[in-house]
Amino acid sequence: MSTTPELAILNPVEEVLRKDRIPTIWCPGCGIGTTVNSFAYALMGTGIDLKKTAIVSGIGCSGRVSGYMALDSFHTTHGRAIPFATGLKLANPELNVIVYSGDGDLTSIGGNHLVHAARRNMDLLVVCVNNMIYAMTGGQAAATTPGNSMSTTTPYGSFEPEICLPQLVDACGAVFVARWTAFHVKQLERTMAKALKKKGFRFIEVVTPCPTLYQRRNNMGDGLAAMMDYKNSQQDQERRPHLRSGHGARRRYHRR
Amino acid sequence: MPKGSVAITAERCKGCGFCVEFCPTHVLELSSAFNAKGYHPPHMITAEKCSGCNLCGMYCPDFAIFGYKFPDLKGGKVGPA
Ligand SMILES: Cc1ncc(C[n+]2csc(CCOP(=O)(O)OP(=O)(O)O)c2C)c(N)n1
Ligand code: SF4
Ligand SMILES: [Mg+2]
Repeated sequence: MSTTPELAILNPVEEVLRKDRIPTIWCPGCGIGTTVNSFAYALMGTGIDLKKTAIVSGIGCSGRVSGYMALDSFHTTHGRAIPFATGLKLANPELNVIVYSGDGDLTSIGGNHLVHAARRNMDLLVVCVNNMIYAMTGGQAAATTPGNSMSTTTPYGSFEPEICLPQLVDACGAVFVARWTAFHVKQLERTMAKALKKKGFRFIEVVTPCPTLYQRRNNMGDGLAAMMDYKNSQQDQERRPHLRSGHGARRRYHRR
Repeated sequence: MPKGSVAITAERCKGCGFCVEFCPTHVLELSSAFNAKGYHPPHMITAEKCSGCNLCGMYCPDFAIFGYKFPDLKGGKVGPA
């Protein structure tokens, strides 16, 4: 599809991407592509057998990731990525199964599956791209939409607090739980590499910008503004460690 | 003598500015030229400062840029750090 002149050397991530599907559908400033870079380097760095690796996504902007990876990939129905992945793993125990999907998909419509896969300790790596909204369908509030924020379904601001995913999944018994933002590319790569080598239910949440459908309604600027905010709130937390617990940093930013 | 350089596929760029902002040595700037989709792709303004660390490549959501190190006489390799 792309009419780009070929470069003399290739971007190393293209080894695990379907080049013919680039450019991606993602908006300018969307952070999903940035998480894919970390994932691609983690996949290549750990040296796991890519022929025995499958990636499963649900529906959503984040759910498109499976279609861009040059792996066996599965684009399933909305919310049901984990049940499909569970079946795939049980029928083919030798496969490394990775679920890569959105917050609305994995934790709102598919929240029950997440809870029970963690409780059963299914051997899956789940990467949840948390842009705090149901983005692809126009910005409806999800279970991860922070309290007080505007969305198409909460025109007076959301009255409900959001769930904290790492705490939820940890309470359900997952063996590996982590949270990074799209700003933390190197840390995310290392965490993904570590999780790929582990067995059991592993969960990584990545907070990413969605300038088009979340930030625009909440006067939060573009994708770069969100990335700068992730960077600055980390520096804040380093200086003031008492803010580190739970969603402290995120809450502070979203409260208007 | 720079330690590395970047390769840019201008037609993939959507002008988000992540690479410009997060380059540790501030090598890049969004150019005033347009690509076919109407975005401003980055270009190098201080090429001699590039270390080829590939942080721009890690941040680029559209796989449009990456850094690579020049082979050096001490037996280094070409490719991202
Ligand atoms: C059963 C079903 N219900 C609703 C939809 C509509 N739908 C498609 S994508 C989407 C939102 C996905 O949100 P999320 O998982 O957070 O991904 P994002 O787009 O934010 O990356 C919804 C509600 C659908 N496709 N199928
Ligand atoms: S709507 Fe939001 S999540 Fe979807 S591609 Fe655009 S910025 Fe990314
Ligand atoms: Mg979402």
